[in-house]
Amino acid sequence: MSGMNGSGRKGEVVLAARNVAKSYGNVHALKGVNFDIHRGQVTTLFGENGAGKSTLMKILSGVVQPTSGEIILDGEPIVFASSSQARDHGISIIHQELSLAPNMNVRDNIFMGREIMTATGVDFAEEERQTRLLMAELEEDIDPLTPVEDLRLGQQQIVEIARALSVNSRILIMDEPTSALSASEVEVLFKVIRDLTARGVSIVYISHHLEEALQITHHAVVLRDGTMTAYAERKDIDLEWIVRHMVGDNFDLGSPPEGYEKGDVALSIEGLTVPDPGGADYAVVDGLSLSVRSGEIVCIYGLMGAGRTELLETVAGRLSATAGKVYLKGRDVTGQSIADCIRDGLVLVPEDRQRDGLVQTMTVGRNLSLASIGSFTRGLFTSASREAGLISDAIRKVHIKTDGGAAAIGSLSGGNQQKVVIGKMLATNPEVILLDEPSRGIDIGAKAEVFRLLAEGARQGLAVVYTTSEVGECLSIAHRILVMRRGRISAEFGPDATKEQIMAASGEAVVAH
Amino acid sequence: MSVTPAIDTKTAVSGGKRRKSFVELLFEGRAFFALIAIVVVFSLMSPNYFTVSNFLIMASHVAIFGLLAIGMLLVILNGGIDLSVGSTLGLAGVVAGFLMQGVALPQIGVILYPSVWVVVVLTCLMGAVVGAVNGVLIAYLRVPAFVATLGVLYVARGIALLMTNGLTYNNLGGRPELGNTGFDWLGFNRLAGVPIGVIVLLVFAVICHVLLTRTAFGRWLYASGGNERAAELSGVPVKRVQIVVYVLSGVCAAVAGLVLSSQLTSAGPTAGTTYELTAIAAVVIGGAALTGGRGTVIGTMLGAFVIGFLSDGLVIIGVSAYWQTVFTGAVIVTAVLLNSFKYGRR
Repeated sequence: MSGMNGSGRKGEVVLAARNVAKSYGNVHALKGVNFDIHRGQVTTLFGENGAGKSTLMKILSGVVQPTSGEIILDGEPIVFASSSQARDHGISIIHQELSLAPNMNVRDNIFMGREIMTATGVDFAEEERQTRLLMAELEEDIDPLTPVEDLRLGQQQIVEIARALSVNSRILIMDEPTSALSASEVEVLFKVIRDLTARGVSIVYISHHLEEALQITHHAVVLRDGTMTAYAERKDIDLEWIVRHMVGDNFDLGSPPEGYEKGDVALSIEGLTVPDPGGADYAVVDGLSLSVRSGEIVCIYGLMGAGRTELLETVAGRLSATAGKVYLKGRDVTGQSIADCIRDGLVLVPEDRQRDGLVQTMTVGRNLSLASIGSFTRGLFTSASREAGLISDAIRKVHIKTDGGAAAIGSLSGGNQQKVVIGKMLATNPEVILLDEPSRGIDIGAKAEVFRLLAEGARQGLAVVYTTSEVGECLSIAHRILVMRRGRISAEFGPDATKEQIMAASGEAVVAH
Repeated sequence: MSVTPAIDTKTAVSGGKRRKSFVELLFEGRAFFALIAIVVVFSLMSPNYFTVSNFLIMASHVAIFGLLAIGMLLVILNGGIDLSVGSTLGLAGVVAGFLMQGVALPQIGVILYPSVWVVVVLTCLMGAVVGAVNGVLIAYLRVPAFVATLGVLYVARGIALLMTNGLTYNNLGGRPELGNTGFDWLGFNRLAGVPIGVIVLLVFAVICHVLLTRTAFGRWLYASGGNERAAELSGVPVKRVQIVVYVLSGVCAAVAGLVLSSQLTSAGPTAGTTYELTAIAAVVIGGAALTGGRGTVIGTMLGAFVIGFLSDGLVIIGVSAYWQTVFTGAVIVTAVLLNSFKYGRR
């Protein structure tokens, strides 16, 4: 990794987006954004999930093409037809999801697609030598011949960074590079970033760990709902400034429903322990206890990897616990199958609606009725008229904007698809509904509607538990806010908590781990 | 802002409906129109093609593939594949032949001659067991469907060869004094002029159609084939569904084996070799997606008739058997091309 040409002044704009917009069908991911990358400096992009950060980075690195607007490289407009073309101009991206081949070793991953060739084939010795150099530079003791699948996630991230460095990138985009790193690995990464910037490499940094990002950045840009809401230099801003611009101070996601009596305890979890589904020897949910009453809304806030998803999936019967009990209305339902949990009134709305929520080959109506087939089956046969009634009820109740039950599921917007998943579960008349990140990837209007729907359900006696990684969504309809951190509940707040309190309890605003 | 795009969708979709032209209609019913085209072309080329007796003969050929294809459709809807049906068909014929010859029990010194309906039931049960082996391997032991059923393909064929030592059971007629006559009824008799084999096919097709469209099981099958994780989280017993489809496929293959050996009044251990491929072809021509979740019984029946009427038509007009193979292959590839065009647009 040499030949970083330091032509041009430090701090001048090297790559810029002008009025860049991107739409996926009816979903406007970006609505005309300006964004500058400064030579030899770190620019951090802040924003909630779905704000358009990843989309913007994919445009800058040539992975996707903007619907409108232009990209300016060194003062000249340019069009990247592909990510390899962007790489030829020295722009590399490290994606949030790692893009390594786990079956191959570190050396082969780093040189994948651009193997060093001699007359007789690949020069493995030279590749290995360069890999060792890169690892030494990154202060990581990783043998180039180790298969990637044998490395910890943090080490895999380092390999990914090494690969980007090995192509002499002058602009390096890092999308959430620290989310899987340990504290010492984060320090190494930051040292690498400082070295790189000193040599004139420009870095774009995206992170949910706000304070961590503030340590390293020179410029801060905040995106919200597809538009740029604020820009400032590091010296002019603090944590509070970022949170205010990320969340917005005027948007109202509702308030906790009041004016009715909450019922008895509907769901009670006692000392629940769940091992890591990946087989690691720690518990992702660690002796957690929690109880929710009918008509109550509980929000579980936590960072990625805090164990929220595993908690909900265990309660709903998908994963099995090694210790602890789950009671539904006082009855032990620990280890019950998903079907039995649904029958008893305990349902889960999964986090990833494409992967776990929807059947793409079926219509809107059949998706809606999928979890309650028993309720319209008489004897051997399903009743078409009863099913139609159930579907139109569901469409009306959760306000799905669709041509009707026969429409293809793919014709709906993200928010309406999410409402189908929620509607499907509400159609089973549950006592307790668990929602894993119900607002993920939907626009803010749909978010408000989903929350209003949940508040309505609670008013009618439904016990609601939802998780979120966006602090603004805690302070909306929830009666109680629980902060989850490393498999445990680290704090509990009422609806009058502040964003800073919640973030501090999750470990987000803490500098070192 | 969330209202506007929804209205856009609405106009776009209803606009799409209005533009649903003749071409699109042709495309939707492509297997049906292909069948019509085949019938018209061969009728023009040979006076013997468009006769009732020829259609009945062709239909009884189709019955064999059709029965296999119904079972295959269920498996493919689930996102799987069943390569073992051809072997199961052969094994079913051999088992039926074995039972018809009489089961000797030397310990008590008797030879049992089960009556025909007992033979039929036992053979179907054998098909169900083969299917259950497939199902358990795939659902619980997580062997990929392709590999599991490929293994069973060899094992079932091997057992059939072992049972007969490679020979063929020729005498399936039974004897009146033993009370086991009537095995040829399935293959030779007719009800109101229609061969029994064709009627069996129709009954199976209707039952399967009702199963898919009117029962909870059908819904479970479409859901778990479309997205197994989502189906599971919606309370669908995905493992049970998976085992049941392979069991049903095995039973369909066994019935096809009975019909075939009855038509031939003999049971050879190599009967049905490569029939699994014809069954898959029928399902694919019928518009089902190999990725699961899409497909209908009507489409599959049309697919089976397209293949059967095409190859018999080529025989009638005197085209060589080698060309038949080429034509059949071309039809299959065209069907898959059209399928990928259809699902690719989504």
